[in-house]
Amino acid sequence: MPAAQPRAILRETPAMAAKLKIHVDQEKCQGHARCKSLAPELFDLDEFGNAHEVGDGSVPAGLEDKAWLARSNCPEIAIEVTEE
Amino acid sequence: MSDTASILPEHPPVLDWIHDFDHTDPRWTENPFPIWEKLRAASPVVHTDRFLGCYMPTTYQAVKEIAYDTEHFSSRRVIVRDVRPEVANPAPPITSDPPEHKPAKQVLLPPFTPDAMKKLEPRVRAICNELIDEFIADGKCDAAARYTKHIPVRAIAHMLGIPEKDGELFIKWIHGILELGIKDNDALMSAIQEMSAYFAGHIGYRKTRPTDDLISTLMMARDKNGQPLSDQHVMGSLRLLLIAGIDTTWSAIGSSLWHLAKTPADRARLVAEPELMPTAVEELLRAYSPVTMAREVMKETTISGCPVKPGNMVLLSFPAANRDPAVFPDADTVVIDRKENRHAAFGLGIHRCVGSNLARMEMTVAIEEWLKRIPDFRLDPADKVTWSEGTVRGPRQLPMLFGKAA
Repeated sequence: MPAAQPRAILRETPAMAAKLKIHVDQEKCQGHARCKSLAPELFDLDEFGNAHEVGDGSVPAGLEDKAWLARSNCPEIAIEVTEE
Repeated sequence: MSDTASILPEHPPVLDWIHDFDHTDPRWTENPFPIWEKLRAASPVVHTDRFLGCYMPTTYQAVKEIAYDTEHFSSRRVIVRDVRPEVANPAPPITSDPPEHKPAKQVLLPPFTPDAMKKLEPRVRAICNELIDEFIADGKCDAAARYTKHIPVRAIAHMLGIPEKDGELFIKWIHGILELGIKDNDALMSAIQEMSAYFAGHIGYRKTRPTDDLISTLMMARDKNGQPLSDQHVMGSLRLLLIAGIDTTWSAIGSSLWHLAKTPADRARLVAEPELMPTAVEELLRAYSPVTMAREVMKETTISGCPVKPGNMVLLSFPAANRDPAVFPDADTVVIDRKENRHAAFGLGIHRCVGSNLARMEMTVAIEEWLKRIPDFRLDPADKVTWSEGTVRGPRQLPMLFGKAA
């Protein structure tokens, strides 16, 4: 039997997606690096392996799903995604 | 390796799990999941008088509250044991509390970043294939004894710059510390002494001949005052890397292969869709998290509404947190493409496992190389799977038959 699917958790991207911005809270990040693995275009790691957003955190069009995916997999709930 | 129950004071069998739990009970070792479910249904925090008094948070929320609370809970003892001798032989940063924790951890972090692991990956891939070469022609093997055990031993030896062939020694010490040591203080102390003597030799050698390995990195590290770390600190961190780097990943790889051996659909899917591997590895980490940590209660507080008193230990079960259905729908089902997975297999808060990127890389490579060479395999019904007891859970005997079932 195929495994049951998890409930839908990712936000649907509307046809006219709002522009997203991401930010990693440096107090909360503990360097699990899940975001870097899921969305390498959006996150970078410092020499200690702690994450920060690339550039000013603006999410390029087409990468919105990855931003939400990274947010929903951060064990420390350190990633904020805001709609501009 | 597996008959740990035969040494020293036997614990009486558990009759009342909710008020008298015991994580060394053979039923817990064999299949802890229904026990955790029962405990979770009873209370977010349960207590036992065993181990000189010990709590266990049973929900993700309660585990998280304790992991984040370094004011009321200390990491100075990280294993729940029958005895609680004076704190000795610290292994910074795992046994450190703030403010000592952060500088001790920062020394260790740079060698374990994902980029650093990429450099090690080819060696690990070669190790996996060298091991498979030794048994593939037999058509069967004990995957725990012949494969999963040796990968982390050789990888961490490679990083530390010590001979990979010393692996059997490391495995013996780790067994003494993590399993026998729960009930047998002499086994613990002799393992620590042998280990310290071993590393003292390697440290001494590097004092005149620095190398580019992890031992030299630690020896050359400076604290915030520009002073080198004490030999005791270096030794403690080396003990930590060896202990924490081996049993844990050995267990995670073993549980993953055990799951794939008995779940042909997941196996076939991973072979057909290798791009699923990162998500699958996280899910296997969630479902079969090997590592349970401990804390010591320092000040009275409440956790998820339950009073918690000093003088007790805490069995900090990240594996139980990861089976909490309030956070993970279908928590007892392995969903290899699970989209939302904030699992706590590597801990939560400041003590996040320093080797998490190493563990992930080893798991990924070990499963990939196994599936490439042995895409079909199953548990050997003629033999038995056995599991380690106590702090780190994983298969210690894992008999496999290769090829499709007749």
